[in-house]
Amino acid sequence: MAELSYRDAVAYGIAQEMRRDPALVMLGEDIAGAGGVFKTTVGLLDEFGPQRVRDTPISEQAILGAAMGAAMTGVPVIAEIMFSDFLAVCWDIVANEIAKSRYMTGGQVTMPLVIRTANGGGSRFGAQHSQSVENWCMMIPGLKVVAPSNPEDVVGLMAAAVRDPDPVVFFEHKSLMAGKAEIPAGEIVGTLGSATVAREGADCTIVALALMVPRALEAAEQLAADGTDAEVIDVRSLVPLDTQTILGSVSKTGRMFTVEENPRLCGWGAEIASIVTEEVFWDLDGPTMRITTPHIPLPAAEALEDMAIPSVSRIYETVSKSMG
Amino acid sequence: MSTKPHFDQKATEPPDPGFYDYSRRPVRRPDPVNMDNDHLDIHLDRRLELYESQLVLRQFEKRAYDLFLQNLVKGTSHLSLGMEAVAAGFGRALRQDDYVFATYRGHAHTIAKGAPLGPVMAELLGRSNGILEGKGGSMHLTSAQHNMMGSYAIIGAHLCVANGAAWSAQMRGTEQVAVAFFGDGTTSIGAFHEALNFAVVWNLPTVFVCENNLYMEYTPSDLVSPVEHPGAGRGPAYGLEGVVVDGNDADAVYLVAQAALDKARRGDGPSLIEAKTYRSGGHSRADPGKYRPAEEVEAWDDRDPIPMYHERMLRVGATEAQLAEIQQSVALRVDEATEFAKAGLPPDESALMTDVWADGGSAWRN
Repeated sequence: MAELSYRDAVAYGIAQEMRRDPALVMLGEDIAGAGGVFKTTVGLLDEFGPQRVRDTPISEQAILGAAMGAAMTGVPVIAEIMFSDFLAVCWDIVANEIAKSRYMTGGQVTMPLVIRTANGGGSRFGAQHSQSVENWCMMIPGLKVVAPSNPEDVVGLMAAAVRDPDPVVFFEHKSLMAGKAEIPAGEIVGTLGSATVAREGADCTIVALALMVPRALEAAEQLAADGTDAEVIDVRSLVPLDTQTILGSVSKTGRMFTVEENPRLCGWGAEIASIVTEEVFWDLDGPTMRITTPHIPLPAAEALEDMAIPSVSRIYETVSKSMG
Repeated sequence: MSTKPHFDQKATEPPDPGFYDYSRRPVRRPDPVNMDNDHLDIHLDRRLELYESQLVLRQFEKRAYDLFLQNLVKGTSHLSLGMEAVAAGFGRALRQDDYVFATYRGHAHTIAKGAPLGPVMAELLGRSNGILEGKGGSMHLTSAQHNMMGSYAIIGAHLCVANGAAWSAQMRGTEQVAVAFFGDGTTSIGAFHEALNFAVVWNLPTVFVCENNLYMEYTPSDLVSPVEHPGAGRGPAYGLEGVVVDGNDADAVYLVAQAALDKARRGDGPSLIEAKTYRSGGHSRADPGKYRPAEEVEAWDDRDPIPMYHERMLRVGATEAQLAEIQQSVALRVDEATEFAKAGLPPDESALMTDVWADGGSAWRN
């Protein structure tokens, strides 16, 4: 057991995989010399050298193009896009090329690559450096999408993503970086497409992702004090999606709330709500409810950003009111 | 090579509507055939291969066009008619394990890298025996087993992807080279500039080949490029010498290709080559190409790479009988490919949901 921050878990997880596979390389802006602008890649240059850990120009298309070309010719790659908002400047490579090449070629090419990117709000960075864009990736056939909420999952899902032969977008949450937790000794390897029950409960199910998981857990403790026993599910992986864990929980509790940091329209919770209403409608005791950031660009000021992103109190109040 | 500004329209004066009748613009003529190229150091056997390769590409594209007219080829298609010398010249210079990346105008490059004609033709027809099993179509031809790593239909992306293959070769120490073919229109998109810069700063074995066919889709390229050479003219900004070659002379292309490939294999980094050529037809299936001055089309028809090369072959020692034999064997191969394609069935429903993931399936949930 060792205590590790979410931030340090990123480098820890990458190092675990780079030691295991000497072919694995990484590239991105400021990841080598500087150790990443979020200090998530500190120490990797020293351990693995400049051939395997490479700084790039500010050229997101060139970065992901290089990752794709290397991956499809047999070299597994971890590429960093500094802020997830910047996926928009290389979206062609992500959505049209990396995601579709296997299908379009009748299975001729394999794309063992991971796109790591810092996602989410809470840092007062404004509308272009704070977005939660996991739903952008979720809607593209051919991409796998994960967003860990704690240090152990960072390491385990990083290993799972690297070892998966398909492209995986790996969202690291900026506001979780400082959080610390004990992680087990030895190799940690997670599984894509598996949700976890972060808190067991009998009265309702709160489905959350990344930063929304600790907030949902805190809200659940407050609800418990009122006598509402909420189950909290950490989705962890949007694609593949562990619907069985979610459906099983909702069938048991009869109510579902999703907590999403993305803006309202077409958030991942809408897809889950749709699956729940199609498949376990008769187990529901009330409507599925979505708690999301409003459909606005994120504001910069502390007071406004805190109003926009679902807070512990908003989760508590929404669930509380709805559960009567 | 001149890099002086070429764009003479004043920004303050919007053009009158007649300006857009490009068929009335000054004719852009090809350079005359360089007769000295007869004496280039290329063995007759290699020239016979270059001749055959150009014929294959020409006959294949003509057949593809015939099949459009019979409504057997669906969707869009972009032919390389008139531009065969570029694909053939590079095709013969490449090593088997070199990587090729092409655009949606990629039939010629796919075939020149070794992909079999029948499955390529079948793909155009949307058949299950197509090289992509009917899932990609004309614009995405790929033959990974020949290291033909794809045809990319969004302008610019594949230059960045080619860098990745070059980086991979560099790391693996294989002396393979990645070649990216693209049109003059690509030089206006950001990915082109990102890719050149990246290839130079990482000293990658990438060869960038601009096929300048004088038209960015329907618009004359000199109206959208501030430099005389839209490909080569951009080289100096990235510390690259811009090389211009007669793209309608397979021998000239072959030697330029060899030099660039050798340079990349030596570890001396990327090259940027602009091959001047001309599309004999329109941009795509839907385009008759009427925006081009008739006199210009005629002048370039007179510089068609294939009759020119035929005459050269006779001057350098090939016989009419030898060339006729090649013509016949090519015609037979294209006929066989057509029969192969026509015999293919439409893809079965079972193919629809396969190969999204490496496990062969498309499941996104449990």
